[in-house]
Amino acid sequence: MAASFTTHPLHGRSGFAFLMTDTGGKVLLGLLVLAAVVVPILNLAVPEGSPFHMPNYLVALFGKYLCYALLALSVDLIWGYCGILSLGHGAFFALGGYAMGMYLMRQIGDRGVYAHPTLPDFMVFLNWKELPWYWHGFDMFWFAAIMILVAPGILAFAFGWFAFRSRVSGVYLSIISQALTYALMLAFFRNDMGFGGNNGLTDFKELLGFDLQAAETRAGLFATTAIVLGLSYILCRYIVYSKLGRILIAIRDAENRVRFLGYRPEYYKLFVFTLSACLAGVAGALYVPQIGIINPSEFAPAFSIEIVIWVAIGGRGCLYGAVLGAIVVNYAKTYFTGALPEIWLYMLGGLFIAVTLFLPKGIVGTVTSFDGARSLFGRKPQNPAPEKADG
Amino acid sequence: MAPLSKRLAVIVLAALAIIFSAASLPAKAGPYEDAIAGFAEDSFGDTMRSIRAVAESGHDLAPKVLEALQDRRLLYSAQTKKVFIRDKADKLFDAATGQPVTGEPPADTDSVRINNRLRGIINAAIGSLTLMVADPARRMEAAQAVFKSRDASALPALTRAIERETVPEIKETMIEARAAIVLTRAGASTADKLQAIEAIRARGDNRALALLKGVPANAPPEVRKAVEAAIVSVEDNLALWGYVQNFWYGLSLGSVLLLAAIGLAITFGVMGVINMAHGEMVMLGAYTTFVIQEIFRAYAPDMFDASIVVAIPAAFIVAGLFGIAIERGIIRFLYGRPLETLLATWGLSLVLQQFVRSIFGPTNRDVSAVSWMDGAFQVGQMVVTYNRLWIIAFAIVVFAALLALLRYTRIGLEMRAVTQNRQMASGLGIRTGRVDALTFGLGSGIAGMAGVALSQIDNVSPNLGQGYIIDSFMVVVFGGVGNLWGTLVGALSLGVANKFLEPWAGAVLAKIFILVAIILFIQKRPRGLFALKGRAVEA
Repeated sequence: MAASFTTHPLHGRSGFAFLMTDTGGKVLLGLLVLAAVVVPILNLAVPEGSPFHMPNYLVALFGKYLCYALLALSVDLIWGYCGILSLGHGAFFALGGYAMGMYLMRQIGDRGVYAHPTLPDFMVFLNWKELPWYWHGFDMFWFAAIMILVAPGILAFAFGWFAFRSRVSGVYLSIISQALTYALMLAFFRNDMGFGGNNGLTDFKELLGFDLQAAETRAGLFATTAIVLGLSYILCRYIVYSKLGRILIAIRDAENRVRFLGYRPEYYKLFVFTLSACLAGVAGALYVPQIGIINPSEFAPAFSIEIVIWVAIGGRGCLYGAVLGAIVVNYAKTYFTGALPEIWLYMLGGLFIAVTLFLPKGIVGTVTSFDGARSLFGRKPQNPAPEKADG
Repeated sequence: MAPLSKRLAVIVLAALAIIFSAASLPAKAGPYEDAIAGFAEDSFGDTMRSIRAVAESGHDLAPKVLEALQDRRLLYSAQTKKVFIRDKADKLFDAATGQPVTGEPPADTDSVRINNRLRGIINAAIGSLTLMVADPARRMEAAQAVFKSRDASALPALTRAIERETVPEIKETMIEARAAIVLTRAGASTADKLQAIEAIRARGDNRALALLKGVPANAPPEVRKAVEAAIVSVEDNLALWGYVQNFWYGLSLGSVLLLAAIGLAITFGVMGVINMAHGEMVMLGAYTTFVIQEIFRAYAPDMFDASIVVAIPAAFIVAGLFGIAIERGIIRFLYGRPLETLLATWGLSLVLQQFVRSIFGPTNRDVSAVSWMDGAFQVGQMVVTYNRLWIIAFAIVVFAALLALLRYTRIGLEMRAVTQNRQMASGLGIRTGRVDALTFGLGSGIAGMAGVALSQIDNVSPNLGQGYIIDSFMVVVFGGVGNLWGTLVGALSLGVANKFLEPWAGAVLAKIFILVAIILFIQKRPRGLFALKGRAVEA
């Protein structure tokens, strides 16, 4: 890597400048802290008859939104800031989810339907005699926690190693990342893979000794998710604000020029892609105990493309925009699939078309481009550069 | 083959002579007459012996007698020891001579009793007699029946039939049938058995293999050795046909992929537009077929066979118009932004799926096969279905037509010009916007025609297109963008590879292997198998 001889534009500021200059981010972090405190209180402390009481299902629902927001954040990190459009990020999400699910399955112990001391129910049902080697270690939380990061990380690293070094980019990368998640979906549907096949992993009992059905555990999980999302936001913000982040943006806008300046874009891409996959894995791991099931449908290519549209709607290239987009779209999905199920797919499809045609900068980008709104949101988000036409 | 036809004539004359002589001359007591007399005993044991004897005699009345016995029309008189055939018109004939019975029949006539065991023997005996009827198809059938039953009692009749047989294929089958009997019969000589093994080996199918494997282990060593050699040879033959069959299935799958991908090769390869709604164009084509068939059912049921022929241009027009509308309405605003195009067309595919689901319902719709696409025929050890054959032919025709269109027509020339250098083409007076719309319409229209073909082999449901979109992209990416020949090679090689992996990996794993292999292949050759060379790559 070539050293840069000019002074870094960000030099001379305090260590937290990356956060202090980010008004939208500060608002988001404030809201997350607020949610982490208020939601559990409204759920647990406020009595059930009160109009301020928050029912358990809403806690789980909001928790799901936050997991999706974290997933959207990870996609925005690579798409918004490095121009890598992954149509297979659901695969990393699902792998993290499966790692968590395997831990939760082992925690069931002999309380399953078949009361086998070590084998999960579906293995007893398939007449398996012993635990497959890759299930060992998942009875310990620390091992599962490592695998939540390592499993998606290794896959992303291997995939990125091959893809970026041979300069597969643009739509080619999108299509093969889609093929990747499709292949994984087919594989996880198979019973003899040892991941529960079609039904996936479910019937979880407890996490770290806490009963998963208890309202306290669920409120705790929600608060944890909010905090993890906040920390991940800070991490992503730190990266995109750093010198590394500047190079990522340069790669997004003109990869060849960055290469000619002496950088090795493939390593930057590999780093950010792997990191993004780990974040997606964490999102999946937080998602599974709150939803109570993980199955191969999370690998479906359609889900991965949906993630991209959350980011696009919120505002690509703007981290809090991705969070906003994930929550807005999923709230709309919850509402419309309940109220007007026929309409939802028209709406989702229409959103894809309308956003790409009329809102290329997403909600945040569009709002902040009005002058009056500028004071509210602080600085303008880095606008996504026009797509390179090297597909 | 003059001697053969001469011999045939002699045989026919001889047969005629026998028939007439049998009708006119008084019967001499021979094996046949003795056998007939056996029926008059009316004991199952005697009847069985008589059936065999009658069948072996090869007498011209034998089929009549056996059929009568089967239908309980064979009568006997215990007193006179005479046996009669009663025909369908209730007339009586002497079974020994074939003469009509004049005057009153004996008073104590009764039909010869049979049981299930005897029925089986009668069937086999009739089968062996059918070996000599005039109709070649029935002879063939009889020979195959004997091969299956391996009834030793058919051996004499079979031997005679082989001598008389003139059609080579039937003769071969008969020889194989005789070999099957000889091989399983305990009393046959070693030389006969070796000959039989040779004949069975030549047959070379699964049944021959089963027959060879059924030879007892205590057979003489030279027989054993020959059997083992023959088993290896038959297995090799079957394995070879297995490869041919896999290859055929692969071609069939490949042609389906080709049909689905070739439209994509135009929009993605030639125009550089990622159309995720391409699968929905295929689906629209399939639903067009459904609608056309419904119209034919309602208004012209007797012309139903033409429905597919009408559906092909209809699907082309419907999907093509949709394609033009998509290009003019959405895609033209997104040129130069491939990732946005991808997202917008994906959204469009969701809308189209829901649209079709709202109109036709979420369940599969029934598209029937037309009569000329139904059925199958046998080639060697392989079954070829007509619908697959037609689809392969259709894919080839579409591919050739598209190549010709791009190369020899004005619009094809304009398409190529716009692809290579949009501004130059525009400067030369080509209306590039119109060419874009037409190119996109062409690609979509071909997808619609693919839908007609797919409606014959797949479920017509709103999700039809989804199943093919990833595979189609793989074909185009593998074959190389911007090259129709690449698409052809890509589709066929992916189809064949898939079918060869399937037997030992299972359908799902085979698919996964192929996907992983393509992902790795793309690393090696990011621009596909047949990459465009030169400056066009960077454009």
